[in-house]
Amino acid sequence: MERTPEYLAQYKNVWVFAEQRNGKLMPVVIELMGEGKKIASQIGTELCAVLLGSDVKKLADELISYGADKVYLCESELFKNYTTDGYYKTISELINEYKPEVFLIGATHIGRDLAPRISATVDTGLTADCTKLEVDPEDKKLLQTRPAFGGNIMATIVCPKHRPQMSTVRPGVMKKAEKDPSRTGKIITVSPKLSPQDIRTKVLNVVKMVKTNVDIQQAEIIVAGGRGLGKKEGFELIEKLAEKVGGVVGASRAVVDSQWITQDHQVGQTGKTVRPKVYIACGISGAIQHLAGMQDSDCIIAINKDPQANIFKIADYGIVGDLYEVIPQIIKSLDNIDELSKSV
Amino acid sequence: MKIIVCIKQVPDTTEVRIDPVKGTLIRDGVPSILNPDDNSALEEALRIKETLGQGTTVTVITMGPPQAEEILRQAMAMGADSAYLLSDRAFAGSDTWATSNAIAAAIKSIDNFDIVFCGRQAIDGDTAQVGPQIAQRLGIAQVTYVQSLRIEGNSIIVDRALEDGYETIQVNTPVLLTAIKELNTPRYMSINGIFDAFREKEIKVLGIKDIGLDPALTGLTGSPTQVRKSFTPEPKGKGEMLTGSVKEMSDQLVIKLKQKHLI
Repeated sequence: MERTPEYLAQYKNVWVFAEQRNGKLMPVVIELMGEGKKIASQIGTELCAVLLGSDVKKLADELISYGADKVYLCESELFKNYTTDGYYKTISELINEYKPEVFLIGATHIGRDLAPRISATVDTGLTADCTKLEVDPEDKKLLQTRPAFGGNIMATIVCPKHRPQMSTVRPGVMKKAEKDPSRTGKIITVSPKLSPQDIRTKVLNVVKMVKTNVDIQQAEIIVAGGRGLGKKEGFELIEKLAEKVGGVVGASRAVVDSQWITQDHQVGQTGKTVRPKVYIACGISGAIQHLAGMQDSDCIIAINKDPQANIFKIADYGIVGDLYEVIPQIIKSLDNIDELSKSV
Repeated sequence: MKIIVCIKQVPDTTEVRIDPVKGTLIRDGVPSILNPDDNSALEEALRIKETLGQGTTVTVITMGPPQAEEILRQAMAMGADSAYLLSDRAFAGSDTWATSNAIAAAIKSIDNFDIVFCGRQAIDGDTAQVGPQIAQRLGIAQVTYVQSLRIEGNSIIVDRALEDGYETIQVNTPVLLTAIKELNTPRYMSINGIFDAFREKEIKVLGIKDIGLDPALTGLTGSPTQVRKSFTPEPKGKGEMLTGSVKEMSDQLVIKLKQKHLI
């Protein structure tokens, strides 16, 4: 399947799949807009969003304010719920007609259902769950980096001879685009060539589970506990510190597996990827799978008894000590913050 | 009903270690296992067979080197009726796109089917791509992230997991489904099953000629994606270890965070 330079040259622009559920953009879309803008400017091309839905025109304006030069807007009653058939057929046709060079999709449960189906339809490569995207300064190809073997190894993948270069991107990894309501862009309305018979699955019901906890991916400060807490009750202390600094509680896989805390708190390769402003790791040794989920945090603070713990290798500030002594003292120091600031 | 289950042999990634000097994967002594999500797909296929009774068959297929036969024997010892090993040097180095071409061609060459069952993803690559790509090659509907399933006449009703809940989907056969571990708890091999799997049952080996696939559509050279480099994640620069008494360290930390406007 050798592809000619003429074939490659037909493909222009960076596309982002603007996944929406119930008329709201998924947070990962804003992250993809930020990343897509960076890639588009490095290649020297435009950033476009692909928006499917029923009555979602207002989201097109929102996408423009997040940096889209063009929005392909495709509205139909058939897009009220996501269906694989409705979405992959429509988007594959758009790709064949408008020929994007790069296509980014959030690695959500919907994105991971849709993207491989499209890649097999338009016959191009797809790289899953990317955590880093770059443009090769020489040949302008997309360098797609992703973890493999449970985060033990990173691989940089290229798609040299097929277009578009498709990636799904892990939610929570890329920086969000800034919103600028004064931006202008073009909305291109496309009518889907789709009949109800094209959709072979029928969505009978969508059930939302009640969320008992805040979303750790949206938090600016995370205080996370690990095996070093020694007991389930240790999380009371973690919660106290989290409350004091206005953060939320995170956890390592070990303590989730031990059922000290629920899975929605889990950070890491099999949990969530987070990049808060401050990540305080308490009694977490720093297994590679955990680091994979939090190492891009702006400031990492590690508290651990073992001075050899892996977590200190990536920490900005390390404290070796018993967390049951250190955390209460940090809370006291925080109470005294005004005094302390004056003394510096 | 005819069910085909696609399975993969994977290294147990929880046991994989990195050579600290060379920065490469240490695979020696790492056990190979049946991929966990695939195990759930197989279990569900066997349960459907038990529910529907006579006339329902479960066929397992894997692509891999000759030693991948182990998981086919395991699947037959759990109750699968027949097994195919897709093995040929022509498939080596395939990415997901090229792998799906080979598996879909093999499925077409074996028999007709009602359900193709895959695991959502394999723990070595975590891509979750091969299932939907096979569905596209076969021209059938797909439902991924299946967390529960029941059969009503010609219809299959499944719950598909979402990040914040699930959706209930109705679909007719033929269909490709991908299983997540919440779907069930896989059974162990039975003693009689093990006896049958090793003494009575046969594994059929398929090469690229047997499935009639154009070699340009598979293997390393047929893969649209290429690995440019692989590396171990590099730790970021060494930070600062705070020193002094617990009170001194805590005070220093709070002052630093305040100065950087982080709190």
